[in-house]
Amino acid sequence: MSSNGALLSVTDLHKHFPVREGLLIERTVSEVKAVDGVSFDIPEGETLGLVGESGSGKSTTGYCILQLLKPTSGSVRFLGEELTGLSREAMRRMRRELQIVFQDPYASLDPRMTVGDIVAEPLVVHSIGDRRRRRDTVRELLDVVGFNPNFTNRYPHEFSGGQRQRIGIARALALNPKLIVCDEPVSALDVSIQAQILNLLKDLQRDFGLTYLFIAHDLAVVRAMSDRIAVMNRGKLVEIGLAEEVYTNPQEDYTKALLSAVPVPDPRRMKERKAERRRLRGALADTLAT
Amino acid sequence: MALLEVNDLRTHFFTREGVVQAVDGVSFSLERGKTLGIVGESGCGKSVTALSIMGLIPRPPARIVSGSVVFEGRDLTTLREHDLEDVRGNEIAMIFQDPMTCLNPTLRIGTQITETIRRHKGVSKAEARKRAVELLDEVQIPNAAGRLDDYPHRYSGGMRQRVMIAMALSCNPKLLIADEPTTALDVTVQAQVLDLLEQLRQEYGMAMIIITHDMGVVAEAADDIVVMYAGQVVEQASVLELFDHPEHPYTEALLGALPQIEGEGIREGRLTAIPGRPPDLIRPPTACRFGPRCPYADDEDRCTKENPELRELRPGHLVRSAHPTSERSRADTRMAVP
Repeated sequence: MSSNGALLSVTDLHKHFPVREGLLIERTVSEVKAVDGVSFDIPEGETLGLVGESGSGKSTTGYCILQLLKPTSGSVRFLGEELTGLSREAMRRMRRELQIVFQDPYASLDPRMTVGDIVAEPLVVHSIGDRRRRRDTVRELLDVVGFNPNFTNRYPHEFSGGQRQRIGIARALALNPKLIVCDEPVSALDVSIQAQILNLLKDLQRDFGLTYLFIAHDLAVVRAMSDRIAVMNRGKLVEIGLAEEVYTNPQEDYTKALLSAVPVPDPRRMKERKAERRRLRGALADTLAT
Repeated sequence: MALLEVNDLRTHFFTREGVVQAVDGVSFSLERGKTLGIVGESGCGKSVTALSIMGLIPRPPARIVSGSVVFEGRDLTTLREHDLEDVRGNEIAMIFQDPMTCLNPTLRIGTQITETIRRHKGVSKAEARKRAVELLDEVQIPNAAGRLDDYPHRYSGGMRQRVMIAMALSCNPKLLIADEPTTALDVTVQAQVLDLLEQLRQEYGMAMIIITHDMGVVAEAADDIVVMYAGQVVEQASVLELFDHPEHPYTEALLGALPQIEGEGIREGRLTAIPGRPPDLIRPPTACRFGPRCPYADDEDRCTKENPELRELRPGHLVRSAHPTSERSRADTRMAVP
């Protein structure tokens, strides 16, 4: 645990990607600052929602925290340890506490592995339990996420997007982690299925005291899940605060524009919101990408 | 006379696994200058409905097995391909979900826009080019004349969708069908594209069908709404009526499942998830198709025996359910709350 009591502390995180040109002799002509000086804390048991449009750097931030991408500079402290300097082996051990649920349940599950093998894989990698114990654990995990445990011998393609996402969540839970990075976990799902998965994630947080970094582009989804919310635009953190405050009283023009652009399922409110977003757009023409 | 009348349209896909009843008895009509929203989840048949109107369904495996699509008094399903081509792109235009794949990457933007104009209007190359610049201007592409000779990869997603809109408008269509026009776009770009569509729709006096999974988008853009589920229309009403008094248990559930952006206690609350998933359209339930997921369905009653007819509950408000909100007794409602 770090000095301020946060489970995760990200300080001045940068991730720059080189832009290369030239066919035979490649040289770096410039850099894309995908993450450009991002700082935030997440206290244990809380959810921080990280919201932004495509290319804002929200997923890159998530990958840098998990050290799936190596940050250019900055600090990521988790459970009192600095992750950026850890050896591969030390980071591998640390990943027991730090898991991820990916966006696309069609691409993130190995099609040649059975459901049981997919969920058991983290246990195998970290040599936890014997074969029989692992089988019991997998059944328990699948049961917890609302997936029929009798289907452990089937393959991912036999299941719908919502069911696959349950498999992905069970895999993330297998090592009993403290923090889960949820990277757009419901954006590939239909509304009715999305609600099932969001409710499941809420239940799991309550039952296991999980901490989430919840990354999504959908502002309503983020609000439903988060205690605090961080808004990203072009690699920078634009605004961070309690969910209620950011949504009802946004301080930054970018946040205001983003919120006003969301269509709400209420035709009367929509009329007012349309007028508001036209007003804001004038003020913001240069900040928004077209 | 309505601009477009779709009557009991059935489009089925004949596959090796069986006949998929993708669109199964869809009817609606659209007046000139109005916007109809067709809303539903993936696989409900909303896009196949649009493609059937345009005569763009892949044949085989799909076929319109029955029903009619009457546009300005002509049944489009009976037209020969050549006659249909005169209507398509000219009187009815369509824009698609994914602006990244709808433009030919090997052709300049200008070439792609003038192609449509020249096919339908028979004007000279120079004239078509002039019109293309005007159109790009109209969809707010900066420096339109200069960007006409660019290839699509030089355009962002939002700009490509604007190009698609420009192409759709090029022949002053009477009807524009927009199939998930903003789904691939960021929320701020979506707002701009929706504003643009609304402005152009009024300017051109077009009618529009907007197909989406997003209740917010139809609340914003549509005059009337058709809710589809498993290949059928389950509810139809004007936009205010539908959102004020949703009748079908599915519509109700869909609205309950949406996370809200405004209000209190959102973090603490739970969403009303709809259990299960939509039926397999090769073997849909012979009774109510929403029955297996409906909180009000009852083993004893009609829900498991017959598929309810689409009936007019109030003037202009149609619903396909044995248990619409306004006919539910208190006991039903209590039963449904878990």
